[in-house]
Amino acid sequence: MSTIWVIFKRELSGYFTTPIAYVFLALFVFLSGIFAFYIGNFFDRGQADLQAFFMFHPWLYLFFIPALAMRLWAEERKVGTIELLFTLPVTMTQAVLGKFLAAWVFSGIALAFTFPMWITVNYLGTPDNGVIAASYIGSFLMAGAFLAIGSCISAVTKNQVIAFVVSAAVCLGFVMSGFPLVLDVVSGWAPPAIVDAVSSFSFLTHFEAITKGVIDLRDLIFFVSLGAFWLFANAVVIDAKKAQ
Amino acid sequence: MAMRVDDGGGEYVVPMIEIRDLTKRFGPVVAVDGVSFEVERGEVLGFLGPNGAGKSTTMKMVTGFLAPDAGSVTVGGDDIASSPIAVKRRIGYLPEGAPLYGDMTPRAFLGFIAEIRGLAGARRRERIDTVVEQVSIGPVLDRPIETLSKGFKRRVGLAQAILHDPEVLVLDEPTDGLDPNQKHEVRNLIRGMSSDKVIVLSTHILEEVEAVCSRAIIIASGRLVSDGTPEALVSRAPNHNVVCCGLRGVEASGAVEALGAVDGVQRIDVVAASAERVSLQIHPVNGASLLAPVAEFARTRGWEVDELYAERGRLDDVFRAITRPHGSSAGNAGAASGEG
Repeated sequence: MSTIWVIFKRELSGYFTTPIAYVFLALFVFLSGIFAFYIGNFFDRGQADLQAFFMFHPWLYLFFIPALAMRLWAEERKVGTIELLFTLPVTMTQAVLGKFLAAWVFSGIALAFTFPMWITVNYLGTPDNGVIAASYIGSFLMAGAFLAIGSCISAVTKNQVIAFVVSAAVCLGFVMSGFPLVLDVVSGWAPPAIVDAVSSFSFLTHFEAITKGVIDLRDLIFFVSLGAFWLFANAVVIDAKKAQ
Repeated sequence: MAMRVDDGGGEYVVPMIEIRDLTKRFGPVVAVDGVSFEVERGEVLGFLGPNGAGKSTTMKMVTGFLAPDAGSVTVGGDDIASSPIAVKRRIGYLPEGAPLYGDMTPRAFLGFIAEIRGLAGARRRERIDTVVEQVSIGPVLDRPIETLSKGFKRRVGLAQAILHDPEVLVLDEPTDGLDPNQKHEVRNLIRGMSSDKVIVLSTHILEEVEAVCSRAIIIASGRLVSDGTPEALVSRAPNHNVVCCGLRGVEASGAVEALGAVDGVQRIDVVAASAERVSLQIHPVNGASLLAPVAEFARTRGWEVDELYAERGRLDDVFRAITRPHGSSAGNAGAASGEG
């Protein structure tokens, strides 16, 4: 446990050694606000909730999370510090979790800085703060699932740009898989069970359910188990690739 | 503390590092092919071999970074496959090229290593102060590692490896990229630590082996081809113990004939001969020492000797002869191609 903590601290403070982290935070807060106000028509809806704010999170994460995850392992492999890390008394699980948690907490910090949205909606009306809390939890869980994907793909390559593009593409697949655009392609030839399976992998479906205030255990399990699966794959990829 | 086992017939020391039939393949390439050796406390083992011979791969398996395809590595009685963490705690390792987290300062980096190594409180401060002193990185402690010179980076890597005062120190090319003064410092550091540790270092600088190692292993094409002291290795040089002798006022053919009768002389080459001076190379039988008999002989004859020394032989020549089985003979070292 303490080893995870040591790796976590090094990784998280690593984000803040460059000004990029602050730009990243500012950009996330700014964009999530812009989307809510201008595209989500926060005011015109005339409703005291944050639906217009949360509905854009999957799309924001599509670019922000791969950017956050791309250097996690690609950098270690490129510089060769992966050899240093795994000859220290550190297990694979500790290393993968330490790094993942650092990136996840960073995304949590970004999410926390959107608190002015919550203040605004409370100032303007009387929203259901339970729904808002559930939405924040759902958004944070979804960020974790995105991050697990990004972390795994970051271990596949030594090139951060490739890691970014590929994880954004994979994440897009997960976001879109509930859309007719994707389902129509599948439903042409696959049996209904597979179509259902594909659509059930959609981040949007599960996330929207949570933002409506319905915390269904299945939605939570979806994000947690998906994240766990990708982190497991992450460890397998590191083991297979570290020698190269 | 060495591990001692009493098997009734007196105690013996279990080797600190025990490597058995270590094998590693990368696709069709066999990088390490059935390497076995042991290293005991107090030994400084030099790991030699041409680039790509399998030195680094062997070190990566000994330190637990790579899993071997076959064979076993035991460090201090713990098998690396079954208890990797215990083994890694015992080892300090400087990987090839000394990779470091460039965005950290040496102070933060050593703090991180200390925490991972479980050093805390006063012990942690004391160890960091000690190694910073040992590798002289005091002036750059608070500068980002990526802005440091190659020499400083290498020394930060070294500091990281010795931070927890490990029983086993594995150094992959520790002096690569250092200037002669820094090389000298690092060698002194290694010598200073050698008495109570096992040190394994790889290098392709042969003078380094003679300077710091008590034993040298040569690996070629993944196989162990030689294992012995640097002195034993040098004695395998073709010109080992060849006596070079300069004589004045003696005729060449007479001198050769007379010296040919000395016990242990195999043959004599005339290197240069003029009216006033003869220069000879006297080859011994089986590399035995000829210096004393030749000096004694010249004295009884009353020859004027202006030069007399025995060649030690060059490690480079032995290295070439061993690692290039299909190459030319080790003797024409200067003309050899395919160096490095």
